[in-house]
Amino acid sequence: MALAIKVNGTIQSVDVDNDAPLLWVLRDALGLAGTKFGCGVAQCGACTVFVDGKPMRSCTLPISALGTREVTTIEGVSGREAEAVQQAWIARDVPQCGYCQSGQVMSAVALLKQVKKPSDRDIDLAMNGNVCRCATYVRIRAAIHDAARALEG
Amino acid sequence: MTTHDVALSRRAMLKGAAGLVIGLYLPEKARAQSGAAHAFRRAAGGADFAPNAFIRIGADDTVTVLIKHIEFGQGPFTGLATLVAEELDADWSKVRAEHAPSNTDFYKNLAFGVQGTGGSTAIANSYDQMRKAGATARAMLVAAAAQSWGVPAREITVERGVLRHTGTGREGRFGQFAEAAARQPVPSDPPLKDPSVFRLIGRDDGSVKKLDSAAKSNGTAQFTIDMSEPGMLTVVVAHPPRFGARVASFDASAARAVQGVVDVKQVPTGVAVYANGTWPAIKGREQLRISWDESAAEKRSSDQLIEEYRALARRPGRIAGAHGDAITTLARAERTIEAEYVFPYLAHAPMEPLDGFLRWDGQRAHARFGSQLQTLDHQAIATVLGLKPEQVELETMLAGGSFGRRAQQTSHLAAELAEVAKAIGPGRPVKLVWTREDDIRGGYYRPLIVHRMRGGLRDGKIVAWTDTVVSQSILKGSPFEAVMAKGGIDATSVEGAKEIPYDIADFRCDLHTTDVGVPVLWWRSVGHTHTGYAVECFVDELLQATGQDPVAGRLAMMGKAPREAGVLRAVAELAQWSGPGPVNGRARGVAVVKSFDSYVAQIAEVSAGDDGPRVHKVWCAVDCGVPVNPDVIRAQMEGGIGFGVGAALYGEVALDEGRPVPANFDTYRVLRIHEMPQVEVRVVNSTEKPTGVGEPGVPPIGPAVANAMARLGLGRPRRLPLVRAVA
Ligand code: FES
Ligand code: FES
Repeated sequence: MALAIKVNGTIQSVDVDNDAPLLWVLRDALGLAGTKFGCGVAQCGACTVFVDGKPMRSCTLPISALGTREVTTIEGVSGREAEAVQQAWIARDVPQCGYCQSGQVMSAVALLKQVKKPSDRDIDLAMNGNVCRCATYVRIRAAIHDAARALEG
Repeated sequence: MTTHDVALSRRAMLKGAAGLVIGLYLPEKARAQSGAAHAFRRAAGGADFAPNAFIRIGADDTVTVLIKHIEFGQGPFTGLATLVAEELDADWSKVRAEHAPSNTDFYKNLAFGVQGTGGSTAIANSYDQMRKAGATARAMLVAAAAQSWGVPAREITVERGVLRHTGTGREGRFGQFAEAAARQPVPSDPPLKDPSVFRLIGRDDGSVKKLDSAAKSNGTAQFTIDMSEPGMLTVVVAHPPRFGARVASFDASAARAVQGVVDVKQVPTGVAVYANGTWPAIKGREQLRISWDESAAEKRSSDQLIEEYRALARRPGRIAGAHGDAITTLARAERTIEAEYVFPYLAHAPMEPLDGFLRWDGQRAHARFGSQLQTLDHQAIATVLGLKPEQVELETMLAGGSFGRRAQQTSHLAAELAEVAKAIGPGRPVKLVWTREDDIRGGYYRPLIVHRMRGGLRDGKIVAWTDTVVSQSILKGSPFEAVMAKGGIDATSVEGAKEIPYDIADFRCDLHTTDVGVPVLWWRSVGHTHTGYAVECFVDELLQATGQDPVAGRLAMMGKAPREAGVLRAVAELAQWSGPGPVNGRARGVAVVKSFDSYVAQIAEVSAGDDGPRVHKVWCAVDCGVPVNPDVIRAQMEGGIGFGVGAALYGEVALDEGRPVPANFDTYRVLRIHEMPQVEVRVVNSTEKPTGVGEPGVPPIGPAVANAMARLGLGRPRRLPLVRAVA
């Protein structure tokens, strides 16, 4: 089925099955491989993207359910929060294997857009859907606090 | 695999690879004649100056270090590049790292004799080698500058990628001399720096940043699963529901009807579905109707295996380590204490499930994936495709974690990758993808293990100790078996149990090796995953029974274990230890484990939560010799602790009549951010040779948490995972 979807500000036409999850449309049809596959059942957060600005697990979102909503991936994420988060991630050397980090960054950016100065509990709530098997959690938490401080100043 | 056996395994592997052992610094002519010339040219990659197989320096001053170890999070890109940059006196901001190609001659792990990563050996085996590589390049750059300036080489200094001659005031960058340096003779034994003048090694002011953080924070880092090329087919394989089952027959008509499915083939490991894209491949696989021949399959449940193992543990096994006469002393003790510890099968569950890419035209094959034992994987691909090794090129990719999962003595992934390529025929590039269900249910687990411990007490002291271990052998049937599984004892089953750091006069550790049809594999810290737990929980119980403090009591028995004692003292100081508690509902547990020649002690502060123990904070002291990059060491301790807490609290692959029960992260529970303790790490100063940190952070955390639980009055947990113990 041919569909038009808006990804990172551009309308793209793709020819995929109705039930194809957004994750595989992004990765296989559009070549946007920054969004990762980790479980396919909305349990790990590796596939997190924004749909109309809200974080969603793309592995369980059928493309037919997307409609006209706009998708933002790690390749297209921008703005003050995104810059602050990515800078904090690099400054703290957060990533180990790195595989989960696109999803972590997307969830962290979404959190900071919502909550300017997140508490540890806010971080727990926003980030506990994102698994990191390397357990970089200590640094993820610290980097989110760093980013919040940088956005204040 | 473990470093204590590396000398042995190396000898054995060299036997297998006779004639391949070529010196590191080949003169140009020998280079061209050797079978490795192709790889070397690739490694040189058109750089102006490639003094050896590890370094390329371009006219733009970029120093690229080729890393022989796979990077999946433990930091070899940064660590090995630091070693080179130190001796080269390079400017860190100009240093890059990339994977070396598969080539045993140049890139073998000096601890194994084959190219591969494991046993936390990356820094240890590369320390001298990479420093020498850097010093060689530096000497050649200096010689080139000396020639060009007409001054003596010894008067030239090098600092941050700049060569200087003070007398004449001349200076130049690496890039300017790269081409001329390439024409200089290769020095045979360039001097290495004295550690007192290190500028990069051990630096802890935040200036030696990791080389791969940016690409891993913005989605541009490329993993195997991200590979794509025109005409490529994505392949998933339906594996049997029980280990050891085979395809009897299958009906693929419904699978073939799925839009995007291109073909379906039987392969030795199951039934492969080829599609244009991952989704149709997964959907197609769901439509397969397969009947399995389970006549040779393993059908026992975990509970049944545990009962069998417990029965075995009541009989003495083969002796792995002994001194004195533990049996007699036990019989004469004032008091004996007995404990059994039961450990489940564990999946590694790396964040990126297994995958691989392969292009093959019938004559040459090019594979790209996160290979952890390149020499073996390379050979496996050649064998399946009927090619000579030189017709196969293997490129190592960044991988989303491993924790041991990618170090396959059987090369089962490489073989399956080659089999799916072979089944569809030449000219069709394939990308093999395992889903999370394939990963969790796919075997190659940390074995299921039982330890039966007995301790004898007299006059308030521990006088006898026995430990009977029951486990499958990880090494059985592998190329490493001959050397690491001597006399019926697989060293990886008893490492950390056959010798303990405590002075106990009468000691015995024995082993029963079982035969179960579940494939097993090393899992981050291998034998120490269970021996660390059994030994550290049991000693804690015996110390409590004799009224001794967990820290002081251990120290009193550590007369012959100064480095263990050193980290234990350091962690006690860091945590301001004043006894196990509990205080305000929180108790503290201690454990110290030496693994892979590194020493780690941890103290965990734990309370009883509604759904199991809650680990609030962990203090950690590590002695890994010269700390090459203190921040990477801290990161590995943090990560190792998180990985270990998750496994200790929740990790279990139960078998139900042979079938793995969990399938995905909903049923195979892993640690999440709200369950992660705070971590404080002290890296102990040391001038000993550097040793690894990828694994040693893991073993102490399980027993530290369990020991705290005991002090909370939750009992001494005998069966892992711990949430089961509380529930
Ligand atoms: S891949 Fe979507 S949540 Fe795991
Ligand atoms: S960095 Fe490896 S899974 Fe998160």
